[in-house]
Amino acid sequence: MMDGWSAPPRTWSRKLARAVQTWLARHAQTLVGSLGRIVRHPLATLMTMAVIAIALALPLFLDVLLQNARVATADWNQAFDLSVYLDKKAGSERAQGLAKQLRAREDVAAVRVITAEQAFKDFRTASGFGKALDALADNPLPNTLVVTPTLAASTAEGTESLKSSIGAMSNVEVVQLDTEWVQRLNAMLDVLRRVVWLTGALLGLGVALVVGNTIRLDILNRRAEIEVMKLVGATDSFARRPFLYSGIWYGLGGGVGAVLLVAVAVAVLAGPIERLAVLYGSRFHLEGLGWVTGARVLGVAIALGWFGSWVAATRHIRAVEPT
Amino acid sequence: MIRFDQVYKRYANGREALAGVSFAIEAGELAFLTGHSGAGKSSILKLIALIERPTRGQVVINQQNTASIKPRGIPQFRRLIGVVFQDHKLLHDRPVADNVALPLIIAGTPQREIDKRVRAALDQVGLLSKEKCRPLELSTGEQQRVGIARAVVTKPKLLIADEPTGNLDPDLAVEIMQLFKRFNDVGVTVVIATHDVHLIDRFAARRIVLDDGRVVSAASDLVA
Repeated sequence: MMDGWSAPPRTWSRKLARAVQTWLARHAQTLVGSLGRIVRHPLATLMTMAVIAIALALPLFLDVLLQNARVATADWNQAFDLSVYLDKKAGSERAQGLAKQLRAREDVAAVRVITAEQAFKDFRTASGFGKALDALADNPLPNTLVVTPTLAASTAEGTESLKSSIGAMSNVEVVQLDTEWVQRLNAMLDVLRRVVWLTGALLGLGVALVVGNTIRLDILNRRAEIEVMKLVGATDSFARRPFLYSGIWYGLGGGVGAVLLVAVAVAVLAGPIERLAVLYGSRFHLEGLGWVTGARVLGVAIALGWFGSWVAATRHIRAVEPT
Repeated sequence: MIRFDQVYKRYANGREALAGVSFAIEAGELAFLTGHSGAGKSSILKLIALIERPTRGQVVINQQNTASIKPRGIPQFRRLIGVVFQDHKLLHDRPVADNVALPLIIAGTPQREIDKRVRAALDQVGLLSKEKCRPLELSTGEQQRVGIARAVVTKPKLLIADEPTGNLDPDLAVEIMQLFKRFNDVGVTVVIATHDVHLIDRFAARRIVLDDGRVVSAASDLVA
C-alpha cells in the first residue's frame, strides 16, 4: 500500500529530472553551437569583439588611472598639518617657546620645529640650487613650526579653528593649511570620476548597440533557417536562444579584449610613471586592474552582449514568419 | 480531422485565393488537393498549418477551431502536424540526421529517444545509410525523403504536403507517393496538394478539385 502511494511521486521526480537534464544538455549544445558558428567567421567575429574591446577599454583605463591617483593622494589626505611661519623677529628660542605652548593644547598632537638654518640646509639639498644659494647674504627663510592636530581635531572646522587661534599668537606671520590643494585635487578627481562613469555608460550602450546590430544581420542571414524552425513548431524563444548565446560570446570576447588592452596600457605606462614618481621622491607604483575588477568587467561585458542580442533577437525573430 | 466551412482568403495584395471553400477530411483519410496553379491548393495548406489565417469562415483541425489559437499557441499546434514542402526546406549546414531531429529537439525530447526515432524515421524513408550526409550531397528525391522523415519523426496524426513531387521525375514521384500511402496505411491522415493529375490517377484516394478558389468536386472514395 505505502509503495503504491509513494511510487507516483518518484516517477514524477524522475521525469522532472530527465526533463531538466534534457533542457540543460540542449542549452549546453546551443552554447557550444553558437560559439562554433561565430568562430566559422573569424574575421567578422574578431572585428565585432575588437569594437567592443576598445569601447570598454577606454573608460576602464581612465578608471584605472583615477584609482591610482586616489591611492597616491590618500596619504596626503590624512596629513592635516599646519605650517606656522614665524616672523623674522622671532628667534629659535621663541620658536621653541611657542612649540611648548602649542603642545600643551588639547587639540594638538605634535609640534615639530624647523629652524631657519635647518630649513635652509634642506632647501639647498632638495631644490638643486645648491651653491647658488651661497650668494645670499643671509638666510631668507623663517623659523617654522609644523603643527599636527589630534585625530579628533582633524576635521575641516577643527583645523580651521586651530588655524585662527594660532594666527592670533604673537610672532606668527602666516599659518598655512597644507591640505587645501589636496582637497582641490580630490574635488577634481571626483569630477573626473563622474566623467568616466558617464563615458562608460554611453560606451556600454554603444557596445549593446554593436552587438544588437551584429545579431540583426546574423538573423537576416539565417532567415530561411528560422522560418523552417518555426514551421516545425519552434517558439520564438527557441529560435532566439542561439543568438542570445552569440551575444554572450561577443560580450565575453570583447571583455577579455578590453582587459588585455588595459593590461598592456598599464604595462607600457608603469615604467615611465614610476621613474617620474622617483624624481618626485615618491615610491608610487602604478596598479593594474586586479582580479576582482577584471572579473567584474567580464561580467558587465557579457551582460551587455546578452542585452544587446536580446533586444535585437526578440524584435527581429518575431518579424520572421514563414510564408 | 479537417473541416473547412465557407472559408475565404484574401491576401494583402487584394488577390482572393479562396472564395467560400467548404469540405471535410476524416481521420485516417488520404486526400489529394488538385487544380491548376493558383486554384487555392497552397492557401488551404497554409491555413491548415496556421501560416495564414482565413479572412472569413472557419477552419477546424482535430476538433480545434483555429480561430481560437493565439499566436503564442501556434508552435504547439504545429508540432501536431507534419509538413512536407516542395522545396524540402532542409537546413544545408547540418547533416541529415540533425535535420530530421529538429522537430524533436524543438519539442524537448530526450536525446536517447531522439536518436531512436530519427533512425526509425530515416529507416522508413530508406535513408538510414545517409544519416551523416549533408542534404546537398543527396539527390532531389532523397532530399524530399529527408523532408518526409522530418515531417513524420514526431509521429503526427496529420501529414500535409505541398507539391511534394513537383521537382521529381515521374518514377521518383510515384515512389514518394507510395511512401505517403504507406504512412496513410498505418492510420495517418494525409493531405497532398498536387497539380499532377496523371500521378494521382494511380492511387485510389479522395480528390478535392479546386478551381479559382472554389471547390469544384470533393467526392469521397465511396461516391467515386
